[in-house]
Amino acid sequence: MPTLGQFLSQAFNGLAFGSLLALISSGLTIILGTLGVLNFAHGAMFMLGAYTAYIILSHFGSYAAALFGGALALFIVGIITERVLIRRYYDRPPQDQILVTFGLGIMLVEATRYGFGGLSQRVPLPSWGHGIVNFGYFFYPMYRVEVIAIVAVILIIFYLLLYRTSMGLIVRAGIEDPMMVGLLGIHLRRVFMIVFSLGAVAAGIAGVIYAPLSSVIPDMGEPFLVQSFVVVVIGGLGSFPGAVVGGIVVGEMLSLTTMFNPAYAQAAIYAAMTLVLIVRPRGLFGAHGRM
Amino acid sequence: MKSSSLARWMPEIIVAVALVVLPLVFGANSLDLLTRILLWGLFGLGFSLLFGFGGLLSFGQAAFYGTGGFVTAYLLTGNVIGNVWLSIVIGVGAAALFSVAVGVLALRRVGIYFAMITLAFGELSYFLENSPLSHFTGGENGLPGIPAPSLQLGSFKYVFTGSWPSYELIAALFFVGYVLARFIIQSPVGNVLIGINQNPGRTAALGHHVPGYKLAAFVLAGAYAGLAGALLGIFQSYMPPSAFALDTSGQLVIQTVIGGAEILLGPTIGAAIWLSLRDFLQQVPVLGDLWKFILGFAFVLLVTLLRRGMGGELYALWLRKRPSGLMPATAAAHERLTPAEVVELLQPLTAPEDGALALDVQSVSKSYGGIHANSDVTFKVPAGALYAVIGPNGAGKSTFLRMLAGEEHPDSGSIRVNGVERTATDVTAAAQNGVAKSFQINQLFPHLTVRQNLRLGASGHYRGRIRFDIFRRADSIAAVEKLVDALLDELDLTQHADVAVDTLAYGEKRRLELGLALSSRPSLLLLDEPLAGLSPAEREDVKQLIKNIRRGRTIVLVEHDMDAVFELAERIMVMHDGNRLTEGDPGTIQKDSQVQQAYLGGIDF
Repeated sequence: MPTLGQFLSQAFNGLAFGSLLALISSGLTIILGTLGVLNFAHGAMFMLGAYTAYIILSHFGSYAAALFGGALALFIVGIITERVLIRRYYDRPPQDQILVTFGLGIMLVEATRYGFGGLSQRVPLPSWGHGIVNFGYFFYPMYRVEVIAIVAVILIIFYLLLYRTSMGLIVRAGIEDPMMVGLLGIHLRRVFMIVFSLGAVAAGIAGVIYAPLSSVIPDMGEPFLVQSFVVVVIGGLGSFPGAVVGGIVVGEMLSLTTMFNPAYAQAAIYAAMTLVLIVRPRGLFGAHGRM
Repeated sequence: MKSSSLARWMPEIIVAVALVVLPLVFGANSLDLLTRILLWGLFGLGFSLLFGFGGLLSFGQAAFYGTGGFVTAYLLTGNVIGNVWLSIVIGVGAAALFSVAVGVLALRRVGIYFAMITLAFGELSYFLENSPLSHFTGGENGLPGIPAPSLQLGSFKYVFTGSWPSYELIAALFFVGYVLARFIIQSPVGNVLIGINQNPGRTAALGHHVPGYKLAAFVLAGAYAGLAGALLGIFQSYMPPSAFALDTSGQLVIQTVIGGAEILLGPTIGAAIWLSLRDFLQQVPVLGDLWKFILGFAFVLLVTLLRRGMGGELYALWLRKRPSGLMPATAAAHERLTPAEVVELLQPLTAPEDGALALDVQSVSKSYGGIHANSDVTFKVPAGALYAVIGPNGAGKSTFLRMLAGEEHPDSGSIRVNGVERTATDVTAAAQNGVAKSFQINQLFPHLTVRQNLRLGASGHYRGRIRFDIFRRADSIAAVEKLVDALLDELDLTQHADVAVDTLAYGEKRRLELGLALSSRPSLLLLDEPLAGLSPAEREDVKQLIKNIRRGRTIVLVEHDMDAVFELAERIMVMHDGNRLTEGDPGTIQKDSQVQQAYLGGIDF
């Protein structure tokens, strides 16, 4: 049996990883809920954010600039993607939207591979991220504690955007009933563009924060994409609270199962997803009637 | 009428010739590439049935490819079974079995959710292979040393090893797989799958068991995947763990879309393009590192602009250029029927006794959240009568009809049809038991011809809820074809029989909508606003049609056109606010002050 210190340390790992998953998934879920588009390029967008961090941190060393740069880069990628591609797909079947974002994901990954090579690159920690914290029962890397705090702040900003602004009201109303919002004379297309970009920004910022924890490689987004699907199914489609809670649940499950038997960690989250589908298909926070 | 048997088998003949000629033309150096293309093509035959015909986009086919491959490989390398053929059969069986389990769960959802769930199962399989099952699968190393199968003919033994024999084996199995898939798409089962893709709700309402057919398509795709996986291991004499990877499912999807999902050879064409372009681009300087980017870009372009894929677009072009080509939708000869025969053919299948209650609804209620759509509605219709239900918008008429058709179940109360309890029956069972409904908004199969639409309806009762009659052609059931001809005559759509439904005028679509409801020869016919949206002349046509099709069947009509209601109905129930307001013959209802007030909005809420 693991000691209390090991257990708490793993629980902290789960929280750090889970909060990142929550951020990625919240981007995926607002795009899905508002536009009805399942963005298969979301993992690639996460990867782009990580590469932006790699460029900025290794050249300038400024973490704030990396966060800002990652957000800006993905905002632009989001706008272009929505205007050039996604917009043509709103009236097409969901399968087509999946296919086109899947193809876009491949293009983004391959372009990155062409530009930066296929090998993994180390990303430096910010100066204030070095060192360890003594929690009494266990020691814990400083940057991971800070990750939890940074993600929490960003999720709060997202929450305020979605729940305290008029645009957020439109987005939430659009998730409930897109046709009604259109009938009210609100120009949804522009809102759609901004929502898609915000979703991309969420993935991008998560990529920036994740990069110094690990290293960057063009394929790094794929596991995050699949895990964020699991989060969205568990949390409930289109639900922001569902993405946050689901992200942390999945992060903890991965982390705590690893402690007992690493081999079963990945299998466990898919088993949980299956269970949710059988017992409660709309997820923890999903609305009735939406599939 | 019947196309000559040579023309009917032309696709099979062309494929057989190509399988023999292509390796001779391109030479022995091309055998490896051709074999790989055929492996992906075999994998894709099942996927085309699932995605192209059934409309189910799965991102988890790697799970079954890997299962088929690893089960076969383990049986052979672990010395469990010596016989290669038997191991392949067991591998395919395991893949099919696994796809039953995944299908039962994933098919509870459609569209986006279905894609996500299948993808997650694909990943689950990958991780299971990688660690918990690595004792059997070799984990990250895979399983090397898989033997080749052989044929023993007397004292002569032929071993399928080396490039030519491997090609022969895989080409032969590809051909068998292709012929089987062709049988399936031309059979009634294939027709139902296409119907489900275009309009699942109506397919169910015509008496077809939609979940069962979807699962069948999913398991077929799983079995094809399993066979392709098993052959991959044998061909390479090594089973790689990457068979389970998301990339495998993704590559299958890409190749299928590039080649064209809606033709069986689409995935094979896509694989040929993908694999040969990869080999070609990798030898070109500069472009070599970009090969996957270029293919990804081409994929996005194709999805956006040419959704039918390369093969599909070429096929469509070819059909347009050759209207009398080899495989057009040949207009089957219309059997001339006398009016008396038409009447006879369109009789209800079960005729209730006169005077018995065809419909006996006892105080049903239905609420949606806090809204009482129906409260305590009682309604009795004697056999052979035409009753109407009227009321202002929002009175609960449509909800009432939906419960009679099995689309919704009442919260309380009971519904008996021809004396049998049907309260909790679903829409498919209702259709199989002689209840049919024509919908307020047309529920047709827009890309099928009028004849194919009616055939889907007419075969619903004839074939029962579900049946795997894959070795007969959809248009070969004489009784069904005769019924379709009678329906075409009755609906006055004979001259449009072989045009796609989305090109019909609205009035014609409306008649077809009624015809679909009639196609199961119901004894209880429910008509939800059949005259909605029609011009005065078209209204007369449809009114006449309703009179013609009574013939002893019981009809419940919901309609806003009061003149038509008073003309057609023998008795009328008025609904208001979910309640039954009153009921009486047309003369009484016309004079009823409560009814007038309800329509003028004078009733207090």
